[in-house]
Amino acid sequence: MKQVVGIINLQEDNSLIRELAATRAVEALPFAGRYRLVDFAISNMVNSGMSTVGILLPDYSRAVLDHIRSGKDWDLARRREGLTYLPAALPDNDSRKGDLKDIYANLDFAELSGKQYVLLTNASYVYNIDFEKVLDFHINGGGGADITMVYSVAKVDSDGKGVVIETADNGIVTDLAEVPGIKAGQKDVMGAYLMPVPTFAYLVRTTYERGGQDFLLDALIRHAGEFKISAYEHKGYVAHINSTMEYYEANRDCLKPEVWEELFMNNDRPIFTKVKDEVPVQYKETACVKNSLVANGCEIRGTVENSIIFRGVTVGKGAVVKDSILMQRCDVQEGARVENVICDKEVIITKNRWLKGAENYPYIVKKKARI
Amino acid sequence: MRKTECLAMILAGGQGSRLKALTKTVAKPAVPFGGKYRIIDFPLSNCANSGIEKVGVLTQYKPLELHNYLGSGSSWDLDRTGGGVFILPPYAREKGADWYRGTADAIYQNLNFIDLTDPDYVLILSGDHIYTMNYHWMLKAHKANNADVTIGVFEVPWEEAPRFGIMVTDKETGRITQFQEKPKEPKSNLASMGIYIFSKPFLKKYLEEDGVKEDSTHDFGNDLIPKMLADGARMFSYAFDGYWKDVGTIESLWQANMDLLQDQPPFDLKGDQKVFSSNPSLPPHFIGPDASVKQSMINEGARIEGEVDKCVIFQGVRVGKGAKVTNSVILPSAVIEDGAVVDYAIIAQDAVIKAGAKVCGKEGEITVVPEGSVVEP
Repeated sequence: MKQVVGIINLQEDNSLIRELAATRAVEALPFAGRYRLVDFAISNMVNSGMSTVGILLPDYSRAVLDHIRSGKDWDLARRREGLTYLPAALPDNDSRKGDLKDIYANLDFAELSGKQYVLLTNASYVYNIDFEKVLDFHINGGGGADITMVYSVAKVDSDGKGVVIETADNGIVTDLAEVPGIKAGQKDVMGAYLMPVPTFAYLVRTTYERGGQDFLLDALIRHAGEFKISAYEHKGYVAHINSTMEYYEANRDCLKPEVWEELFMNNDRPIFTKVKDEVPVQYKETACVKNSLVANGCEIRGTVENSIIFRGVTVGKGAVVKDSILMQRCDVQEGARVENVICDKEVIITKNRWLKGAENYPYIVKKKARI
Repeated sequence: MRKTECLAMILAGGQGSRLKALTKTVAKPAVPFGGKYRIIDFPLSNCANSGIEKVGVLTQYKPLELHNYLGSGSSWDLDRTGGGVFILPPYAREKGADWYRGTADAIYQNLNFIDLTDPDYVLILSGDHIYTMNYHWMLKAHKANNADVTIGVFEVPWEEAPRFGIMVTDKETGRITQFQEKPKEPKSNLASMGIYIFSKPFLKKYLEEDGVKEDSTHDFGNDLIPKMLADGARMFSYAFDGYWKDVGTIESLWQANMDLLQDQPPFDLKGDQKVFSSNPSLPPHFIGPDASVKQSMINEGARIEGEVDKCVIFQGVRVGKGAKVTNSVILPSAVIEDGAVVDYAIIAQDAVIKAGAKVCGKEGEITVVPEGSVVEP
């Protein structure tokens, strides 16, 4: 994988997840108690042996920059190679939206990297993958493809735009289409594309210079006929975070031991994140915790069930937290009760207050709210 | 090298023989504590929190794991340009090689390092105590007293005083008038914490004298401090009133861990001063649907499916279904299989307690299961 340069595209549509991602990029969303979504994208590249990674910054980049900083926690603060931030293109008279303009503005990064291939991914998918296998498939499998994309077979229907493919037996893509929603059984493209650097540069340059806006739609799908595209199936766990409900479900998937083990406990492929030096969780005498993930820095005196508790949360005596996600430093005081709720960072639920969302529609409490 | 105001030297070569099975492969400062830490995290974090940017760590006994753990010092923010952590093991010279013959000799053999960093003051710490302290205030007191030596002291119960090095001081000024090493009849209950600030030229003079003495044990407590006192040096005590614990024995190590589990712990790891440590990349721990967890501390990457009460559980530990773990300390990656019972024990790294097996100690007789061992039913 030493010959692959990575680009993580954080310029993504977040219209379906507005409540949580109004002031942060989707990729900076806290996940599974101590991570942010972008951790998976970076860790997957690093664990696959890549050491040159560019991060194409989103419009709201403070949270991402604060999280990744020098890249040291991902072993990307290197004397040679390592992490590069790719800022978005300056706004100008050209009113085109989409990510292509930003990729075009940063094309030098890939072309001057001295690498043979480029791997472009996004960070709204949660999965743990060895990209070495994708490269091997690109070179040796499927019969000499120009571009290889990673897909998974959807297990359930989901809302939100996506790209689905159909493939021949040898893994070559025969059809590639954007759809308004993905149905179970369809082959869902996970936003990871591997190709030689010149192919990438050609796609970006010709498309942008002819008025294209979006890498996937205008560059890839429109030029699909010109190239031989193969598709690599990721058979492991995958979640696409495209809506609040998907975010809620994916977090709760981590409560399944097999998912928790696959995503996080693989010794060869750990998911790295920013280190915070929190104290191990303190469970007090009155604590009662079942089927939950609890991150360091928490202090638990109450009842917690089927929930994801982020760093530094306190749950008071007699308080009950059920089927909920509590982000960093939330405070559920004595006798309070939350059920089917997602609390953004630093929410305070004062004594004896009750909050309840619906089973299929969690109630969302905004950052720093006091209830 | 840029001038330093205060250089810290941590004595981390101790074997910790009274910790028996726990120090078979590592030096005492590398022994795990409190769910995620190692003992040396405490003095190192204290240095980082006190604004001390240069720290020498003197190692000797089984240094591999300790060196590996210290790495570049980045975990404590001590990977600094022109500073940070310096690992100082014994080394050979033209006239042969010596081990560190005592605490003072370890510093004596590294006088060249001290000269190189050129500090005004040298802070000597030991790598085997649990406490958080800001040395800045102690240094300030040292300067205000225009002292040659300032010694950190801690008030112990009178009945325990005979176990410590005791400082008899002038109540008003804090000036040390007498030093009693493990006295049968203590005249004070102020115990030395093994924390010394020396003015550098003063320290150098005494080390050079002591270093060539044939009949010396080259120990600060035995040789240097009594000599300095006899010479009428300006020696002051600095009283520390927080939590301080010497974890030299299995019982005291176990007790210090248990101290963390009280509702309002006497030692608050969440206090104003953060304790830094090396963080493995592990997810929040998972508490299973049939688990029960009370009065315990649990670190990342653990998977708990049984009953846990009054325990300190380190990263990556597994507790199986129906297992019952009480009053115990479970070190990293140990496995307690389904239905096993553990009570009043310290289970060392990577040990496996097989399904249905029992490991039961009792208060005052903590059972230790050594690193990597397997206990069958």
